[in-house]
Amino acid sequence: MKPRPPATSKYQPSDEVDFVIIGSGAAGGILAKELSANGFRVVVLEQGPRLSEADFTHDEIKVLQEDLLTNHPDLQPNTYRETPDQTAKHQRAVYYGRIVGGTSVHFTANFWRFHEIDFIERSKVGPVPGANLADWPITYADLEPYYTKVEWDIGVSGLAGSSPFDPPRSKPYPMPPLPVKGCGVVFERGARKLGWHPFPAPLAILSQPRPGRSACINCGFCLGFGCEVGAKSTSLSAAIPAAEKTGRCEIRPNSYVHKIELDATGRATGALYFDEKKATHLQRAKAVIVCANGAETPRLLLLSASKQHPNGLANSSGYVGKHLMLNGNGVTTAVFEHPLNDYKGFAPSRVLHDFYELDAQKVGFHGGGGLDARFDITPIAFATGALPPGTPRWGADYKAALAHNFTRTMEVFSHGTSLPVENNSFSLDPDLKDAWGLPALRMTYKDHPDDLKLIDWLNARASELLDATGAVKHWTFPAGVQNVAFHLLGTCRMGSDPKTSVINADHRTHDVKNLFLCDGSSLVTSGRGQPTMTIMALAFRAADRITALTKRGEV
Amino acid sequence: MHIDPSRRQFLVRSATGLSAVWLSTNWPALVAAADHAHGQAKSTSPHKPEFFTPEEALEVESISARIIPTTETPGARESGVIYFIDRALLTFAKDQQKTYRDGLPALQAQTKKMFPSVKSFSAANPEQQDEVLRSIAGNAGGGNYIFGTGADSAGFFETVRAHTICGFFVDPDTRGNPNGVGWKLIGRDRQHTFQSPFGYYDKDYPGFQVAPAASKPDGDA
Repeated sequence: MKPRPPATSKYQPSDEVDFVIIGSGAAGGILAKELSANGFRVVVLEQGPRLSEADFTHDEIKVLQEDLLTNHPDLQPNTYRETPDQTAKHQRAVYYGRIVGGTSVHFTANFWRFHEIDFIERSKVGPVPGANLADWPITYADLEPYYTKVEWDIGVSGLAGSSPFDPPRSKPYPMPPLPVKGCGVVFERGARKLGWHPFPAPLAILSQPRPGRSACINCGFCLGFGCEVGAKSTSLSAAIPAAEKTGRCEIRPNSYVHKIELDATGRATGALYFDEKKATHLQRAKAVIVCANGAETPRLLLLSASKQHPNGLANSSGYVGKHLMLNGNGVTTAVFEHPLNDYKGFAPSRVLHDFYELDAQKVGFHGGGGLDARFDITPIAFATGALPPGTPRWGADYKAALAHNFTRTMEVFSHGTSLPVENNSFSLDPDLKDAWGLPALRMTYKDHPDDLKLIDWLNARASELLDATGAVKHWTFPAGVQNVAFHLLGTCRMGSDPKTSVINADHRTHDVKNLFLCDGSSLVTSGRGQPTMTIMALAFRAADRITALTKRGEV
Repeated sequence: MHIDPSRRQFLVRSATGLSAVWLSTNWPALVAAADHAHGQAKSTSPHKPEFFTPEEALEVESISARIIPTTETPGARESGVIYFIDRALLTFAKDQQKTYRDGLPALQAQTKKMFPSVKSFSAANPEQQDEVLRSIAGNAGGGNYIFGTGADSAGFFETVRAHTICGFFVDPDTRGNPNGVGWKLIGRDRQHTFQSPFGYYDKDYPGFQVAPAASKPDGDA
């Protein structure tokens, strides 16, 4: 890897900047861009290194196995348990992007908006036993302008009006959808036969070039990989360059924040972080914005416990780290007669939202979801375990099956709601420490039974669809408890009542006036998957709110 | 073995499993291992393993050659997978040395037990070799795997299987997989840029037509 030359330091830690932002991912990058454009001085502290497009190789071992882009389980180990009465065991429990740009660098870029129901589900369906479902303090209408801003500002391709279930929008997409893939054609054909309504996947991937960024070249190493031509609309490609261009924003990589400092009056004064050599610095700031993701944001608040905040910073509600939602997910894999060559191109091609809002009285569980047509399995992963169950795992028949199936395989992915369950959480492990001596992240998670029923139900629809489209063979697995997390949602939820939420609708913590949180942790419900679009929209909105508050002298 | 329902967990299982093997690896060393395999496979001079003795290398190569055998197309043997593994065990996969050190004698013992007249695993005929491997591979199957790290024979087999797959299918532009034989086998073109149409089903696609408006679904489907 070619190390990028260190960015010129714009600020010293002792400079009291207007904002220190912790984390440079989907939310942190957008906030940095917006706030610096609005005239504020901003330092972004990112725990991971800064890589560039030249580093984004197609090497599966380096990227997927050696965590080129992601948190490393040796440096920052995790523990997991299903329920709070168990002792958590050491295992990898969390994946997130640990580089400048965060998880947006390697995401799928599936970019549908949340629908109206996602914000008002509690009022609409009433309480769900075993879950602590709540309405958001904002509605879809409040967020709509910011969804549009995401689409136009960072670049989202798609076709407005192509799904009858889409919520209202104020503008079409700024560019057409990407070309259809084989998986999309067969999915569309099967869905239409069943009277369903497939539509071109809205993707945060450019179908037309933008300054300094290429349109998608269909290289085929997309999900899990960084984009070597800047076609993926990530924080790194689409927000951070603009932030730096203002001359008021410094992105400081290899800066691992482990405490938010307060003064005697209870105001945040900055962020304590380890630099590359594990030396500690305090970056002073007038206000602190934590965008460290739904795992690391609550962990940082818990690590920042003090006499004033004995249960963790901004945790008077006791809600910090709780109500973790991972989104239910399942996959139905299919083999076709002719080559799809779906290894070419981005992952998803067609999406279906006919089942976004299911009637619990009819289906027997709460929730809803989406299906998409995709292929996201790179060669080593494919050879390791993507052949149909019962296929030999080695030998001549194994080899023949690999040779036949690789170009003929596609997947229908089921995405669904996760209900907010109080016990599902991130907390500090009492025993295990990371390489800096800090308590490791502990995940407690057991899917709500309705979430699992939903995924099985969606997988059954996927099987019907594949039957309708003439797949030679397809298979799926029953939904099971998730013990590895990708979508990190709901752990510092937004709300109007300080007793039952961590931040208000302005993303300000109820407990500390100049401390804001914005990332997956802010979400009150999980949507039906694909949270990054909503995280970016929230970040654009938070930037407007924080700017207004600051200009009025209310921070 | 628990069968995992989730694609992402399923993929992660491979990532997690391999992480145990490719733990704290060192990238230049990995490239070197691949280049080494690449060079050795192309070389006409006798193979010179560095971690394994020549005898051990022959045994490991014989296992990999049953995992991805030579058929009408090249297999693990022709693509120099043994050299990928040999170099890996001296560099980024050092922590797997014991798996091989313990696994190889166990394999020989099992071969002797099943076929007393056969001198070694590599000397057995392919049918005998497959029988021995079936006896140690255990019941791991069904399209997923758990990476063994101990000295147990199923763990040894799974480790050799994973290493063989990595050496055979890794991106040929970045390391190993000499001449891209692994990708050629599965039909993955080596270009970096592709244009639509990609395959059989999208070549005559007429373009997206918006369907007639739907009534909101209610879960009747």
